[in-house]
Amino acid sequence: MIDLHPNIDAELIPILEEVADPEIPVLTVLDLGVIREAVIRNGKVLIKLTPTYSGCPAMDVIGDDLKAAFLKKGMEAEITLVLAPAWSTDWISEEGKRKMEAYGIAAPLEETADKEALLGNKPLVKCTNCGSTHTRLVSQFGSTACKALFQCEDCMEPFDYFKCLK
Amino acid sequence: MKDQDLYNYILGIADNSLILGQRLGELCGHGPNLETDIALTNIALDLFGQTRSYYQYAAKIAGDGRTEDDIAMLRNERDYKNVLLVEQPNTHFGHVIARQFLFDVYHLQLMNALQHSEDEMLVAIARKGVKEVSYHKRFSGDWLKRLGDGTDESKQKIQEAIDHFWPYTDELFDMSDSDKKMAEQGIGVDLTALKDEYYKQISEVLEEATLTIPDNPYSKRGGKQGIHTEHMGYILTELQYMQRTYPNMTW
Ligand SMILES: [Zn+2]
Repeated sequence: MIDLHPNIDAELIPILEEVADPEIPVLTVLDLGVIREAVIRNGKVLIKLTPTYSGCPAMDVIGDDLKAAFLKKGMEAEITLVLAPAWSTDWISEEGKRKMEAYGIAAPLEETADKEALLGNKPLVKCTNCGSTHTRLVSQFGSTACKALFQCEDCMEPFDYFKCLK
Repeated sequence: MKDQDLYNYILGIADNSLILGQRLGELCGHGPNLETDIALTNIALDLFGQTRSYYQYAAKIAGDGRTEDDIAMLRNERDYKNVLLVEQPNTHFGHVIARQFLFDVYHLQLMNALQHSEDEMLVAIARKGVKEVSYHKRFSGDWLKRLGDGTDESKQKIQEAIDHFWPYTDELFDMSDSDKKMAEQGIGVDLTALKDEYYKQISEVLEEATLTIPDNPYSKRGGKQGIHTEHMGYILTELQYMQRTYPNMTW
């Protein structure tokens, strides 16, 4: 069972909430679920960060942004990249999913529905503009590896869908 | 080096991803259309990400001060142990898809098997990689079917590409001495055990794509021993250009 509530010192939360995903700036690193641990040990902030995708270029930026955010509060942060357990879209918070949709990116469906949608079998992905599920897959890969490109057949809006990753 | 065999084993896997990623990266801005351009470069990015995890681990094992970048950028041609398949040129879109599909099927088998390794780090990398590679295989498999069952011209071109790359597939299952030792210790994967399933899966998709399964007993190999085709030098020239020209440069 994967722990959805990683070990994070309460006093660090407000600072972590200031650090956003550079690709989807409405999401904080906490919304995204990439912080696996954040604790203070001997005056130093120790952070375990997990990548969404192996090659996600945002990860290096997030690491640097975290260090900068803590430095501003006079704290030194040390970042360790951890691969296991592998990140899953289940770790995106409900609040994060709402913010993502408001930003124009359809939030990940659950696994079976995701497969049906990405194989083009069933129109299940909801248009972020008009709410219609009358949408079609344009490309399995969108503007980044974590997203697929969809288009709404009703309002014609093209939009990104955040793919389910389990 | 204490764990020379583990080091060699990791590089064997990582070099395939690095060189294939580099090949796909050449298509950035040159894909046949925007969607496939983005898809292929996203696949390249996944492969580079996996490569980084392997090289970081290898650098730790080497313990001689070399970093992931040194391993990626500063070896000579003979020290790269990727299979010949991944270094073959892009030529046309049919070649890109055929090469990708023939590699993806193997790569997914490898990632699945590596999840049962005795080595915790390799398990972690494989668990992450398997999610990405299943996506790659879906992409290349879909295109293979679309081209095979498409127009006369697309069918002819993708068949020619499959026939062209077929002799390179056998090398995927070659095992170096280090590969064998690692498999014996339960750390590495016994590649020979994957072979039947590989050709079975490939044949099924080729049939679905209304393509002919090549009947060519001839095979080409050498990359796993560091003996590469003439294309490899050109890839490394481009890949290593900045580090060779401005040693130790960083972005
Ligand atoms: Zn719409």
